[in-house]
Amino acid sequence: MTAVLQDDDRTTTATGAEPAPPGRPRPPGARLRRHLGRQWQLWALMAPAIAFTLVFAYVPMYGLQLAFRRFDFEAGLTGGEWVGLFYFEQFFSSPQFWPLLRNTAVISVSTLVGGFIAPIVLALLINQVVGRRRKRFTQTATYLPHFISIVVVVGMLQVFLSPSNGLVTQLLERVGITGVNFLGDPSSFVPVYVISEVWQHCGWNSIIYLAALASVDTQLYEAARIDGANRWQIIRNVDLPALVPTMVVLFILNMGGVLATGFEKIFLMQNTLNLPVSEVIATYVYKIGIVGNQFSYATAIGLFNTVVNFAFLLVANSVAKRVSSTSLW
Amino acid sequence: MTTSTPSATPTRSAGPAAALRRMRHQSPGDLAFAAFVGVALTAVVFATLYPIWFVAIASVSAPDLVQSGQVLLFPRGVNSFGYEQIFADARIWQGYRNTLTYAVVGTAINMLVTIPAAYALSRREFRARRVLIFFFAFTMFFNGGLIPNYLLYRDLGLLNTMWVFVLPTALNVYNLIIARAFFEHSLPEELHEAAFIDGASYFQVFTRMVIPLSKPILSVILLYYLVAHWNDFFTGLVFIRDADLQPLQVVLRDILLSNNVFAGGAGGAGGTGGGYGQQFADQIKYGVIIVSTLPVVVLYPFLQKYFEKGVLIGSVKG
Repeated sequence: MTAVLQDDDRTTTATGAEPAPPGRPRPPGARLRRHLGRQWQLWALMAPAIAFTLVFAYVPMYGLQLAFRRFDFEAGLTGGEWVGLFYFEQFFSSPQFWPLLRNTAVISVSTLVGGFIAPIVLALLINQVVGRRRKRFTQTATYLPHFISIVVVVGMLQVFLSPSNGLVTQLLERVGITGVNFLGDPSSFVPVYVISEVWQHCGWNSIIYLAALASVDTQLYEAARIDGANRWQIIRNVDLPALVPTMVVLFILNMGGVLATGFEKIFLMQNTLNLPVSEVIATYVYKIGIVGNQFSYATAIGLFNTVVNFAFLLVANSVAKRVSSTSLW
Repeated sequence: MTTSTPSATPTRSAGPAAALRRMRHQSPGDLAFAAFVGVALTAVVFATLYPIWFVAIASVSAPDLVQSGQVLLFPRGVNSFGYEQIFADARIWQGYRNTLTYAVVGTAINMLVTIPAAYALSRREFRARRVLIFFFAFTMFFNGGLIPNYLLYRDLGLLNTMWVFVLPTALNVYNLIIARAFFEHSLPEELHEAAFIDGASYFQVFTRMVIPLSKPILSVILLYYLVAHWNDFFTGLVFIRDADLQPLQVVLRDILLSNNVFAGGAGGAGGTGGGYGQQFADQIKYGVIIVSTLPVVVLYPFLQKYFEKGVLIGSVKG
């Protein structure tokens, strides 16, 4: 998931390499024809992927103009009359704006922090385990929840946290804590959301850190030990520095999602009691647009969200480039 | 990024503990540390697995014992009431059938679109590859959003058909990048050169050489796509109105979250909770969680090394 976008190997290999361009001018289109003569098969292999991406990713981007036009049922994706920033102004001045922004930011930043730290700690712990089978078992167990569907995870939250007969509620009653309602109490929405996210994805997200730790030269450990370092010091001075490049890249990618909360889980966890803290931009767009049929307004809100995320991604990337010379591109 | 090569899986490395053990020098501090690691990881594993285990035992235990907190580690009052109800519930099996259809058809399309493209992108002599990589990667960070997608599907006539489950998600860029990294770094270039000297075309090299040599990565990508289809809830919620087309996850939501537990629509004590009917409703819910998650959970330990491989390949530079 790291510097995947880089393509640092620009050299062409001997196979199929173009010969040096000839000196005299050629008729227009000749280069294209030569290129296709050699590489049309590669284009053919790419064609379905290009077609699907054009239709299902770039056509909707073209449809973003809907945010600046009044929706017209006949015109569909390209919209009707041009209204400029009307819908953006409507959103910024609506009473929903600040609560939505705050809820979205609180949930995603909390998830970002918890979801960022937990896998690092887990990877450092698993890396300390001696014995392949114990290590393997720990990994298998902690990756497992990643594959459970969101609907099931939220279903489990509801049966465990149910205020009348949930397992957690009952166990708390036994130790004398009564009257908790983790599902209805607005102040527990974010903790429940973040903890269940960490429960589900922490193990899976630790894989990439474990890979980085596996590449640490064991001589470094031995050298550190000879210098008298204890285990904590070895983690701090050998293991952690080995994780920094991975941490930076993942941090940048996470910054691109600073206002991107998972729609499905929040939507499923919403109820009338927690709605003041659980209504986020993504769920609001769904309700305004799909349920309420205000297509242009919902598109504008969605575009606002996408642009903020994209801006955060660009800023984080350029800061990281300057500070640590690690970046996405 | 300076992570490892795909071959350096975490398990294969000895790690610092083993390196230190080889030095036969365990101070009291080291032993305390090892104890701390053991306790912490045991707690983590317990916290991860216990909720799943509890759902499993609660699904076969007497509901009143579950409700009064007497079922904690092992099933008590074993009965199959919940599963009998579930097996008699047509909604669940309809959802299962739909999801299986979407997953199989969808994954087939995914593979046909992703793998050839990944191979083409892995060829260094492909002039357009840098531009095309940007063309794909850009869509990871910027998109049209919900409403333009919805209107596009409406205009294409995909709404309320099975195609909306399989066509818009035909290409996952992340999987494309993983597969491309594998083709580029794990297939020996000499094989290509030899094949091209013998006059083979790209198509021939791809079908006769690349595919047979790439079974590990093909399994990884296949499994990623299958799991994604299996767990897809959003598509059914937003783009499908017809109840007969709904996938398993939407049926699950009705049962687990909207509390429409009994097929007849009686509703477990009307959602008041704690009532006699609700006890049985909860048992059915536990059973439904198991029935819907079982395929993934049972297969998973056997396939885990493949899933993991996908993440590792994806993390390699390039």
